[in-house]
Amino acid sequence: MSGVSLEVSDLTVHYRTLRGDVHALEGVGFTMADGEIMGLVGESGSGKSTLGKSLIRMDSRMRHVRGTVRLDGEELPIGDQAAMTPFRYHRVSLIPQYSMSALNPTRRIGRMIDELLESRGVRPASVRAELLRRLDLVGLSGQVLRRYPIELSGGMKQRVVMVLSTLLDPSLLIADEVTSALDVSTQRAVAQTLVEFRDRGYLAGMIFVSHDISLVNQIADTIMVMYAGKPVEKGTAEAVVNGPRHPYTRMLISSLPEVGVTHAERRLEGIPGSPPGLLDPPRGCRFRERCPLAFDKCDQEPPFVEVDRGHWAACWKAG
Amino acid sequence: MLRLDRVSKVYRVGSFGRERLHAVRDVGFEVRSGQVVALIGESGSGKSTIGKMVLGLTSITGGAITFEGTDVAGLRGHRAHKEYYRRVQGVFQDPFSSFNPVFPADRVFALIRAEYFPEVGEAEWRRRIEESLRVVRLDPAQVLGKYPHQLSGGQLQRILIARALLLDIRLLVADEVISMLDASTRIDVLNLLADLKARGMGILFVTHDLSLGNYVSDTAVILRRGAIAESGPADRVFTNPLHPYTRRLLSSVPRLHRTWAQADAELPADDGGCPVHGRAGAGDGSATLVEVEAGHFVGCAGDGEGGPCRPDPRA
Ligand SMILES: Nc1ncnc2c1ncn2[C@@H]1O[C@H](COP(=O)(O)OP(=O)(O)OP(=O)(O)O)[C@@H](O)[C@H]1O
Ligand SMILES: Nc1ncnc2c1ncn2[C@@H]1O[C@H](COP(=O)(O)OP(=O)(O)O)[C@@H](O)[C@H]1O
Ligand code: SF4
Ligand SMILES: [Mg+2]
Ligand SMILES: [Mg+2]
Repeated sequence: MSGVSLEVSDLTVHYRTLRGDVHALEGVGFTMADGEIMGLVGESGSGKSTLGKSLIRMDSRMRHVRGTVRLDGEELPIGDQAAMTPFRYHRVSLIPQYSMSALNPTRRIGRMIDELLESRGVRPASVRAELLRRLDLVGLSGQVLRRYPIELSGGMKQRVVMVLSTLLDPSLLIADEVTSALDVSTQRAVAQTLVEFRDRGYLAGMIFVSHDISLVNQIADTIMVMYAGKPVEKGTAEAVVNGPRHPYTRMLISSLPEVGVTHAERRLEGIPGSPPGLLDPPRGCRFRERCPLAFDKCDQEPPFVEVDRGHWAACWKAG
Repeated sequence: MLRLDRVSKVYRVGSFGRERLHAVRDVGFEVRSGQVVALIGESGSGKSTIGKMVLGLTSITGGAITFEGTDVAGLRGHRAHKEYYRRVQGVFQDPFSSFNPVFPADRVFALIRAEYFPEVGEAEWRRRIEESLRVVRLDPAQVLGKYPHQLSGGQLQRILIARALLLDIRLLVADEVISMLDASTRIDVLNLLADLKARGMGILFVTHDLSLGNYVSDTAVILRRGAIAESGPADRVFTNPLHPYTRRLLSSVPRLHRTWAQADAELPADDGGCPVHGRAGAGDGSATLVEVEAGHFVGCAGDGEGGPCRPDPRA
C-alpha cells in the first residue's frame, strides 16, 4: 500500500423529509491508502449505505451540506449529479445493497450488460473478451449471458454484478452488503473473489460494507466503525478487532456469537438501548446514552483523532 | 408436536412445467414442545420449502406432516386453517415484505384482532399488544403508529414475532429471521427465541448461518440438495461433524479470531471419504441415514442422484 487514494473531509449529508432533515452523515472524515480494502461496519441505520451513495450518486432526497471527497488527488463533484457522470463506473463503482434482487427480470444477463455499458459510453464489443475472461475467473461460463436472472442462484447473480461493476477497473469499488443474503460457503467464495480482484488490479481500493465484523475481518486491511452517522473508530483490522478503543466497538465485538457458544452456557447480551434519532441528533457524543463509561465531558463532541499510529477513535476516554 | 415423515416436494419447472425439480427428498424429523430445531443448509437446499409445507403454504408431494396428531395436508377450508394458524405461525427473512408501506406497521396487529379476537375490547387489546411488544423488547411508544420505512429491519422483525405471540402459538417457523440483522440485534432476537422456548414453544429455526444455529438449538438438521446429510443433537453435530458437507459449511463460517485459511488447516486432511461407505465409494447417495452415536445420524456423501460417493473435494 502506498499513498492516499481517497480523502474524505467533513462530509455532511442530510435526507430531506416532511418532518425535517435527517442528519444521516455528520462531519465524516477519513482517508484510504492506495490498494486498501476498508471494511465498513455499524448498526442498521448508522449511515453505511448513505456514505456509499454519497461517494457516487446522491438521490434526489439527499442534500450535500458540506465537505469534500478527493480521489487520487482530484476533487469529486459529489453535489453535482451531472458533473459526477464521467466518474461513475469508470473511476468509482458501487454495488448497491439488494442489487442482486434488483436485476431486471425481463432482460437476459448479456443484453442487460450491453445496455449498461452503452449507457456509460463504452462499446460492448471492446470489452467482450475481458468480460468473458473475468466471468471465467469467478467460475461462470459465457452461457450465463444467455440466461435470465431468475435462472441464476443468488451467488451466481452476485458474481455477475461484481464482474460488471469492476469491468472498467475503477479506482474505488463500494460493495454494499453484497454477501449478506448468501449462505456461508457462497459468501466466502464471493468475498474472496473481491480480494482477488484487488490483487489482480481490477480495482484499486474497496469499501466493503457489512454488518458482520467477523466477515469483514476475513478480507479487510482496515476497519471503520460507524455509529449514528459518524465514524467512531478506524484502524487496521488487527487493531480494531484485538484492541478496540471505542466503547461501542468493544460492545459490538462482545455481542458476537462464536461458533460453539450456546445460550444455555452463556447468554450473550446485545447493546442495551437504541441509537439516537437523526432528525434532531443529541449534542455531544452520540453514543452517550448507551455508553457505560459516559462522564460529564461527553456532552461535548469528541473529535476523531489518531490515538495510536494509524488508529483513530472518537471518544474522550480512548486517548 | 410437529412430525415430518419421509416428506418430499417436487416442483414443476421449465416451460410448461415439463421438468421436475426434487426440492425436498424423504425428510424426517420432529420438533417437540420447548425445543429449537435448526434447519441448516446452503441456499437452494430446500429449507424454505420445508418451512412453507409446515405452514401449509405449499402442497406436500410425498410423505406426511402432522402437528399434534393433525395431518397438515388434510386441512380443508378457512375454519380448519384458521384454527391451525392460531397455534402455528411463521416469520420470514425479509421483514419489509410482510408490511404494506402505506399503512402504519402496527396494522398487522389489527388484522389479527379482526380475524381471531373481534370480541376483545379496545383497552384490553391495547394491553395485550403492549405486553406482546414488551416480550420482544420493543418500547410500544417508539413503534406504535410508525410507518414501516421509519423502523429498522430488526424492529420490524420483532413486531412480526410480537404478532405471532398475540395468538399464544405452540410452534413458530422462523425462516432466516436474523440474516439481515446486525450483530447486537441478532443476539436480541436469538435471546428472544430462547425465552420463547423456555415458555414451551417449539421452534423450527431455518438458517444458513451455523454460528447462530448452535446458539439456541437443541437439534440440528443439515440439509443438502433437499435431503438430510446429517442430523442429531446440536452440540454433537457442531463439535463432531461427520459429513464432509457439514464440515465445509462449518469451516466457511467467518469467525472473528480465526481466518478461513486457519479453519481449512484444521479440516481433517483425509476424512476417510464417505461417512457411510468409507473410501470404497460404493454408495449411490440414496442409502438411508446411519446412526453413528446416540441420536446422531449421517448420510452418504454421494450426490443423491445415483452418483457414487467417492470423496469429492467440494462434497
Ligand atoms: N430516503 C430516506 N429518507 C429519510 N431518511 C433516510 C432515507 N434513507 C435513509 N435514511 C436514514 O438515514 C440513516 C442512515 O441510513 P443508511 O441506509 O445509510 O443506513 P445503513 O447503515 O446502510 O443501514 P443498514 O445496515 O440497515 O443497511 C438512517 O437513520 C435512515 O433511517
Ligand atoms: N415456487 C417454486 N417453484 C419452483 N421451484 C422452486 C420454488 N420454490 C423453490 N424452488 C426451488 O426449490 C429448491 C429449494 O428452494 P428453497 O426451499 O427456497 O431453498 P432454501 O430455503 O434452502 O434456500 C431450489 O432449487 C429452488 O430454486
Ligand atoms: S465520548 Fe464519552 S459517551 Fe462517548 S463513547 Fe467515549 S466515554 Fe462514551
Ligand atoms: Mg445499508
Ligand atoms: Mg430460503
